[in-house]
Amino acid sequence: MNSQPRLVAAGYAGVFGLLVLLLLSSSLWLGDSPLHMQFEARLMPPSAEHWLGTDALGRELWARTLAGLALSFGVGLSAALLGTLIALSLASLAMLSPILDALVSLLIDTLLSVPHLILLLLIAFALGGGTQAVIIAVALTHWPSLARLLRAELLSLRNSPYVAISKGFGKRQGFIVWYHLLPHVLPHCLVGALLLFPHAILHEAALTFLGVGLDPTQPAIGVLLADAMRYLTGGYWWLGVFPGLGLLLMVLAIERFASMLRKAL
Amino acid sequence: MRLTAWLASRLLRLLLVLLSVAAVSFGLMMLSPIDPVDAYLGPQMAQVSPEQRTLIAERWGFNAPASVQFHHWLQQLLSGELGWSHIYNQPVSDVINQRFQRSFFLLLSAWLLSLILGVVLGIAAGSKEGSLLDRLISGYAYITASTPTFWLAMLALLLFSVTLGWTPTCCAGPTGVLSQEVTLLTQLHHLLLPTLTLALLGVATITLHTRAKMAAFMRSDTALHAFAQGASRFDIAWRHGLRHASLPAVTLAFASLGELFGGSLLVEQVFAYPGLGQATVAAGLRSDVPLLLAIALFTALFVSVGNLIADGLYQWADPRIARDRTNE
Amino acid sequence: MLTIDRLTLQLPYYPRWWRREWTTCIESLSLHLPPGEVHAVVGASGAGKSLLAYAIMGLLPQAARVAGELRFQGEDLTPARQRQLRGHQLALIPQSLNALDPLARSQHQVRWAAQRAGFGRSAAHQRADELLSRYQLSHASTHYPHELSGGMARRVLIAMAQVSNARLVIADEPSVGLDPNQRDRVLAALKAIALEGKAVMLITHDLRHALTIADRVSVIRQGQALETAPAQAFQGQGEQLMSCYARDLWQALPDNAFSTHPFHPTHQEPALA
Repeated sequence: MNSQPRLVAAGYAGVFGLLVLLLLSSSLWLGDSPLHMQFEARLMPPSAEHWLGTDALGRELWARTLAGLALSFGVGLSAALLGTLIALSLASLAMLSPILDALVSLLIDTLLSVPHLILLLLIAFALGGGTQAVIIAVALTHWPSLARLLRAELLSLRNSPYVAISKGFGKRQGFIVWYHLLPHVLPHCLVGALLLFPHAILHEAALTFLGVGLDPTQPAIGVLLADAMRYLTGGYWWLGVFPGLGLLLMVLAIERFASMLRKAL
Repeated sequence: MRLTAWLASRLLRLLLVLLSVAAVSFGLMMLSPIDPVDAYLGPQMAQVSPEQRTLIAERWGFNAPASVQFHHWLQQLLSGELGWSHIYNQPVSDVINQRFQRSFFLLLSAWLLSLILGVVLGIAAGSKEGSLLDRLISGYAYITASTPTFWLAMLALLLFSVTLGWTPTCCAGPTGVLSQEVTLLTQLHHLLLPTLTLALLGVATITLHTRAKMAAFMRSDTALHAFAQGASRFDIAWRHGLRHASLPAVTLAFASLGELFGGSLLVEQVFAYPGLGQATVAAGLRSDVPLLLAIALFTALFVSVGNLIADGLYQWADPRIARDRTNE
Repeated sequence: MLTIDRLTLQLPYYPRWWRREWTTCIESLSLHLPPGEVHAVVGASGAGKSLLAYAIMGLLPQAARVAGELRFQGEDLTPARQRQLRGHQLALIPQSLNALDPLARSQHQVRWAAQRAGFGRSAAHQRADELLSRYQLSHASTHYPHELSGGMARRVLIAMAQVSNARLVIADEPSVGLDPNQRDRVLAALKAIALEGKAVMLITHDLRHALTIADRVSVIRQGQALETAPAQAFQGQGEQLMSCYARDLWQALPDNAFSTHPFHPTHQEPALA
């Protein structure tokens, strides 16, 4: 490879940072334009005036797409963080006793054996829909794979010679966890959260698309695309193409950044 | 001898996991804010008086403690009685049976296609890391791995069905024709686009996994030694690479049946294909609790058996493990 | 047969984010290998011995920078020529036992090597059986590498290097990790190859055992050839050796009372066994 690997990494980090900044600030300068209806400009194709076209109520698609991405980003990030927190807590809990370990393992196996989307449907059904329900549902479906990884990592650390020596010196359990185990596991958590992130976004969008996720009054990507399904055969292609393309680009950027970070750590 | 013991312990574990799946999904249903009587009645709930509601609740034991209800449900389950699906007005077992038959061909062909394509592309990309071919293939795989399934299905529908008109826009057969009268060719025509869409997404995972295995192999001492014998890259990929990359790829394919099924939910929804995936979505949206529970259990069985096969493959096919077994 | 003239090899590394620098692994190294001899190349780990083997075979990483000349049987050894000769005229017995494909049986490994050397399918099969029996491996022909002992695996590697009657055989640390009995068998096999009129380059850190079969010894340190001497020069106190380092190496051997040179207190090389 001729290009400098670390320079490429810095490039990815820059693109990722810009994306975050753009999405975080979008609610400030978008104002209410994602919801603003123009009755004289319904279902307009993309043009200089309407960049990505308008929907059936004359709302600007570019504003709705951007707002949808910001929403997906927020929901995905919250879900990934919550999922990581659950994974870390339960993996640590499993370290305390063999019975707890068996229970946590059984829970992990159980949740991993139901297809994600079906588990999401079940949890969304149990919680009754809405933003909070989606965040919890996505977090609850995504923690097991990370928890399995962390549990294996913690187990091998606990059996490592230096922890045994530390125990031999009479260090307390709390000291060992704080100074020997956590510093090793935290980078895994960070990378794990970042790797969960794109999955969380895609699953949120899928759930919303199916109609059991975010509220249909919100400009979520899943809502936009479900809406577009109804106009697809009418030739209103822009409704279906742009929101999905935006989501794809955002997920791709996050995914590339996450796997680059995993390689670096 | 060891294989039998291994299989017995894994089957026991499978049973435990399924029981646990049943408990968790039943618990989730109990948590739901949706009134079980409403869920039972479906669209007819407006026509029922409060007295009748109490009667229904008593008949089905909706007022009993959760543990009693769970016990009752498990007993029914074990006697093969999965309950009544109010949205299809059929026993749940019949719904699953019919729907899975329709989905099975879609799932199987998408699975096989993604496995074969994934291995071929992964080996081609990984055998020369950083080459133009590698960058093209892995770029493609990264993009499809980040693509929302349902959006890809929508694009395919938009391009091939709406714009080009090559494939039908919906369903498993032409509307207004009884399903018995649809010819095999028409059925395949309707299955073509859903299958390709579903396969395309599976290809990405298998390609990236195979590519990583292959690239690591090309950096190994074994590959360097093969180069020292004057082997070409193609020779190495064919003689050694295929052995090293195919077992992990098949294993991964078996272990990701859950994702395949999740994908089929979305693809069937977009193409309005009346398979098990579409029934799952309908059950979730219209609160068909018995159907939803049965599908959760059924797919958990499906995924667990896939995982079991994935683990078993290494025991059976990898000489490093298989020989040790026969020697003991 | 093989002449190496002022070979210099550099590999890149990245000390900072944006800078690329070169580290010199082999510096202006010259050697000459005549046919019928075992030529030992002796040096500590990290002296650049394996890289020398890869440079001759043309197996260096793409980023490597090479200067100097390699000549094989009077012809320039260009990358294209190396590709032609690899497995036919040039053979490598690699250092690592991982060089055997863990998923292939011994017979297949040798047969593939024969096919790569230009044998047809059935001829390659025959050739593989012939070589396996020459190295007393017939009973292990259906074994996978993890079922072979270290010495057997090493002999499979030697058999693979022998399929084509290569004129030059490079053996990279062939006696590492073997018990004395197996080690002597492997070294005897290499000597036998040289006696057939081929050139054998024996790369090793083990001067003592190299001397049992070597005709000539080159001592390498930090990528430079300090001295090339006939094996007979390593005797007594090493008076016939020109460089201090070679003399130190010789005197540091267990049979020579483990003496390290008193005038070189800074010298960092580990004692060589």
